[in-house]
Amino acid sequence: MAEVPLGGEPRALSAPAVDVPEPAAEGPWARLCWGVRAYGFIAAMWIRSTMVYRGSFLMMVAGSLTLTALDFAAIVIMFSHVGALGGFALPEVALLYGTCTASFGLADLLMGSFDKLGTRVRDGTMDTVLVRPVPALAQVAADRFALRRLGRVLQSAAVLGWALANVDVDWSGGSVLLLVVTLLSGAAIFCSLFVLGGAFQFVAQDAAEVQNSFTYGGVTLLEYPPTIFAKELVRGVTFVVPLAFVNWLPVLRILGEDDPLGLPGWVDFGGPVVAAACCALAGLAWRAGLRAYRSTGS
Amino acid sequence: MRLHGVYFAVAAGSFRRYATYRIATAAGVFTNTVFGFVLSYTFLALWSERPHLGGYDQSQALTFVWTGQALLAAASLIGGGFQEELQERIRTGDVAVDLYRPVDLQAWWLAADLGRAAFQLLGRGAVPLAVGALAFDLALPASPLRWAAFLGSVLLGLLTGFGLRYLLALSTFWLLDGSGLNMLGTLLSSFFSGMLLPLTIFPGEFGEVVRVLPWAATLQVPADVLLGEYEGTALLGAYGFQAVWALVLLAAGRALQSLATRKVVVQGG
Repeated sequence: MAEVPLGGEPRALSAPAVDVPEPAAEGPWARLCWGVRAYGFIAAMWIRSTMVYRGSFLMMVAGSLTLTALDFAAIVIMFSHVGALGGFALPEVALLYGTCTASFGLADLLMGSFDKLGTRVRDGTMDTVLVRPVPALAQVAADRFALRRLGRVLQSAAVLGWALANVDVDWSGGSVLLLVVTLLSGAAIFCSLFVLGGAFQFVAQDAAEVQNSFTYGGVTLLEYPPTIFAKELVRGVTFVVPLAFVNWLPVLRILGEDDPLGLPGWVDFGGPVVAAACCALAGLAWRAGLRAYRSTGS
Repeated sequence: MRLHGVYFAVAAGSFRRYATYRIATAAGVFTNTVFGFVLSYTFLALWSERPHLGGYDQSQALTFVWTGQALLAAASLIGGGFQEELQERIRTGDVAVDLYRPVDLQAWWLAADLGRAAFQLLGRGAVPLAVGALAFDLALPASPLRWAAFLGSVLLGLLTGFGLRYLLALSTFWLLDGSGLNMLGTLLSSFFSGMLLPLTIFPGEFGEVVRVLPWAATLQVPADVLLGEYEGTALLGAYGFQAVWALVLLAAGRALQSLATRKVVVQGG
C-alpha cells in the first residue's frame, strides 16, 4: 500500500540481516505482495517470542476473552430488565454485537499496534522503521503483533454463533454471503480507521486517544440497534464516518428491518465499496503522514 | 512538618506533569464525550422501557453516565494511573533508588497519584460533564453542599482505587511481569465499579454482592452521593463504607510492602 518515501530506494541501503527473500519484481502489485509477506514474517517472529512464555500467553488470551465477555454480560443484564431495546430482542442485539466485535477483533488483531505509533514518532524510533527495506505500513502494523487479541475474536465468534442459532431469520445463500462479506468489509473499515489514526499521530503525537473514539467508541455504538440513537448521530456514522456499513445496514437487511434513515435498499450492500474507499483514503493519509514525519534527530 | 511538604511537592509535581500534555488531555476529553453520548442513548432506551430502573429516573441515569465519564481518568477506572510506572521500576530494579529515599514508598506514590487525579478531575472530568449537561437533561444538584459531599466521596474513592492498584503494582516484586494482573484489574474495575452499568441494576444476590465490593466505592458511591441518594446519616454511612475499604486496602498494601522489601531480592545489577 504505502512505501518508504525518504531517500528513494531504501532497499539498496543494506541487505536484510535475516534470511528474508528480496522482492522479485517492481510495481504496485509486487510491492503489495512484498508488504503482506513482510507483515507475515514480523508477525511470526512476535508469535514465536510470545510462545516462549506459553503460560502467560494463555492467561492473557483467557483474560482478554473474559474482559470482552463482561461487555456482553452488561447487555445481558440490560435484557434481564427489558424484553426489547429499541424494538430489538436479545438475539438480534447479539447479532449486531457479534458482527461488529468480530470485525473489530480481526482489525485489532491485524492493525491494533497503530496506537503505539505516536510514541515512535516522539522518541525518534520511527527512523529505524524507515531505513529497513520493508514498507513502513507493514512494519508498524506488525510491530509487537499480539496474538492474545485473538481472545476478542473468539468471544465475538461465540456470541455470533449463539445469535445465529437463536435469531428468527430464514437463511438463504444470499444472506449467508452478505453476512460473510459484511464481517470482512467491516474489518477492513476498522483497519482503515486504525491506519488513519496512525497517520494522525504523525501530526499530533499525543492524540492517540482520539482514535479510540472511532474504534472502541464505534464498536460500543454498533453493538446497539440504530433505532435508539438520535437521527443526526445515525446520519453522522452513515455519511461522515461510515461505521453504519460495518454492521447496521447489512444486519438490518438480514433481519428484514427498515433502517431508520429510510435509505434505498441497495445501500445495504455497499459495505465492500465503502471499505475499499476507506482503505484508499487511509492509504493516502498514511503517505501524507509519512511525508510529514520529521525525525527527532537523536 | 517538612516531610508533609515533600509529599505535597510530589503531588504538585505530578499535577504539573500531567498538565503538560495538553493535546493528550484534549484527545481524552473528546473520547470521554463521545462515549458519554453513546452510553447516554443506550441508557435512554433502557430507562424509557423501564422508568425508575435501579431507583433512578431518566435524568438521574444520564447523570450517572456523565459522572462515570468525568471520573474515568481521575479514578483510573479502566486502567492508566501510576501502577505501570511503578511496575516498570520494580522490573528494572530502579525501585531500589525509591527505597533508599528518606520517604515512605506508599505515601510517595499515593501523593503522586492524587496529584495526577486532581489534574484529571479538572482537565478531563469537568468538560465532558459540562457537555453532557448541555446536551441532555441531567439531575445535577444546585446545592454547593451536595457538590462538596460529592468531592469528599470522590477523594475516598480515589484512596480506595489507589489501595487496589498499589496491591497490583507490588505483586510485580514476585511476578516481574504485571501485564496479566493489570488486565485482571481493569476487567474487575470496569465491571464492578459501575462503569458499564450502574450496580443498582445488577440482578438479585449477585447485585447485593457487587454493591459491597471495594470497586463500588470508586464510582457507584460517589455518583450516588452526587445524585442525592445519601443524605444526613446515610451520607456518613456511605463515607464509612468507602473509608473502611480504603483503610483495609492501604493497610494490606503496607503489609505487602514490608514483606516485599524484606524478602525479595531487587532486580538489577
